[in-house]
Amino acid sequence: MKLLNRFIPSSGMRQVPKSVTVHAVLLAYTVIALFPIIVVVINAFKERRAIFRDPLDLPDSDSFTLVGFQQVLLRSDFGLYSWNSLVVTILAVGLVLLLGAMAAWALTEYKFKGNLLITFLFAMGIMIPIRLGTVSILSLMVNLDLVNTLTALVLVYIAQGLPLAVYILSEFVRTIPKELTEAARCDSVSEYKIFFCVILPLLKPAMATVAVFTMIPIWNDLWFPLILAPGEETRTITLGVQQFVGQYVTDWNSVLSALTLAIVPVLILYTIFSRQLIRGLTSGAVK
Amino acid sequence: MASVKLNNIKKRFGDVDVLHGIDLDIKDGEFVVLIGESGCGKSTLLRLLSGLEDITEGDLYIDDERVNGRSPAKRGIAMVFQSYALYPHMNVFKNMAFGLKISGKDKAFVNNKVMEAAKKLKIDHLLERLPRELSGGQRQRVAIGRAIVRDPKVFLFDEPLSNLDASLRVQTRVELGKLHQELKATVVYVTHDQVEAMTLGDKIVVMNKGRVEQVGAPLDLYHHPKTQFVAGFIGSPKMNFLKAKISQSGAENTQLVLESGRVIEASVDTSSLNQGDIVQLGMRPEHMALNCESNIVEGKVTLIEHLGELSYLYVDIGQEGEMVLKVDGDNQHQAGDKITFGIQPNRLYLFDHQGKALTRVNAHTSAAILL
Ligand SMILES: Nc1ncnc2c1ncn2[C@@H]1O[C@H](COP(=O)(O)OP(=O)(O)OP(=O)(O)O)[C@@H](O)[C@H]1O
Ligand SMILES: [Mg+2]
Repeated sequence: MKLLNRFIPSSGMRQVPKSVTVHAVLLAYTVIALFPIIVVVINAFKERRAIFRDPLDLPDSDSFTLVGFQQVLLRSDFGLYSWNSLVVTILAVGLVLLLGAMAAWALTEYKFKGNLLITFLFAMGIMIPIRLGTVSILSLMVNLDLVNTLTALVLVYIAQGLPLAVYILSEFVRTIPKELTEAARCDSVSEYKIFFCVILPLLKPAMATVAVFTMIPIWNDLWFPLILAPGEETRTITLGVQQFVGQYVTDWNSVLSALTLAIVPVLILYTIFSRQLIRGLTSGAVK
Repeated sequence: MASVKLNNIKKRFGDVDVLHGIDLDIKDGEFVVLIGESGCGKSTLLRLLSGLEDITEGDLYIDDERVNGRSPAKRGIAMVFQSYALYPHMNVFKNMAFGLKISGKDKAFVNNKVMEAAKKLKIDHLLERLPRELSGGQRQRVAIGRAIVRDPKVFLFDEPLSNLDASLRVQTRVELGKLHQELKATVVYVTHDQVEAMTLGDKIVVMNKGRVEQVGAPLDLYHHPKTQFVAGFIGSPKMNFLKAKISQSGAENTQLVLESGRVIEASVDTSSLNQGDIVQLGMRPEHMALNCESNIVEGKVTLIEHLGELSYLYVDIGQEGEMVLKVDGDNQHQAGDKITFGIQPNRLYLFDHQGKALTRVNAHTSAAILL
């Protein structure tokens, strides 16, 4: 709220040019960011020939078709793929949030041996992409007999999301006044209860932020589903879409329709988190 | 309620010594005020009592039980913080009930307790509000309420009033005093404010650099400070100190010479000192009077502060520097006026070169202003 107020010119005309520039920049960025998505969505409703002839045109009565959606929903197991994606994403994000918050709390609140080392390892985890370890992860999963299970994906995504989550949440934990936990301790509240009843509720906005940052790459990932869970039963949506991309012919209608459909669940999750997200993003900066 | 006993308590942070051995006896139901300069270790001592910080050395007894190493909850203490530390996401009722609920008390009991405390503190109409919807004074009451509902053995307050504005501070101070009489609780109270200390405390503990400088009843500290530090700390405005040389020592009367050659008579026992020894002469602003016939000093008024009922005169007495006098508010003097004032010999304090007070002989112990 306060952030928005800043952009609304309040004190005289001096602010107007600045506000216009800011809006122009933001608008330009929005257009660039949305452009590919809009192209995907409008072309999902067009015939194959129309897609190639005028990719930027809106579908009209001639070119409008739902054949892509029919293909996707009938010919492939779209429901299953969505379900897989949803299960993996929600489980992974949920666990990243819970474990991340716990780790952040422990690392900032308690002094213990190895505290610094663990913090350092998490920092390394942010900088080193997890895909570098793909081969070892695969052999690990084979040994654990987890190939072609959603569990494998969930585990990997937790590892992928945790370092950044811990880092961001630690910053937020630090802003919680120490007296609050001390008051709780004097109130004879156990350490567990302090975490769940006092700290966690205060971290909510921060956790929404982390949820969005964590969720998007997991939902969009193609790499690990392809390597760890390529089986028919465990395909995620991004992997499922690939079956329409052939080596010689690509069924663009289906690909675009599938992608359009795939946007919907993320959009829903995002709207749930976004109000909290904005609060989380601004609460640190504006006090 | 409970008694508290500190036995040579020491605290070290890494290799920094913060408390150097504190001995203190607190009786059941006593209101003890810790006072001292910033950084002298008051908060640290309070946190040691609460169990939020570990005691490095020494023994702490609550009700004759040694409680070193016990968690705050098990010591039966309640702490009220300067920043209130209310849980921001819980309303007033939940804030007060949280500790009780967690410890598994049944609902009716918790409700009763909270309502009772809320009525006592006159916050029963605010129970549904969130902390951020309260004024500073109301938040402070909720914080006190949260402490009361738990029926603690000892209340610990760390500068609870310092975030309030002046008039609210006075009001809350009075209420705290009444509350203490009503609850008959053992209280340890940290403050910077010597008025709070004097008015609330049954016993004041003056701390200096991690040591207890003096313990005593408020008036005791005022009339019989054991050291120059305590003398300077208790009383407002501060006691005036002047350097003086003993020209004639004695068991009942002492003659002193100031730097400017002025001669001062003091009813202080200096038989342990010799002629020529340097001492500090202490004079309270409220004990110097414009019409006093003994120990007359003349000077020039440099500044007057009018407080209404009384005024502070800042007087330049030449070589020795500046002194503050507390005079009647109707006083007609102006800056630049030359005045003479005096002080009775039995109103004077003397401190040796180590800052130790010398015994006063038939000390005048009425605090009334001589006008
Ligand atoms: N956790 C800590 N680690 C190291 N030193 C500390 C720690 N806590 C306090 N100290 C030091 O101990 C000394 C006493 O601090 P303390 O907070 O008790 O002072 P205080 O008397 O309460 O002061 P104030 O009136 O300003 O609140 C200070 O010099 C402070 O720097
Ligand atoms: Mg303090």
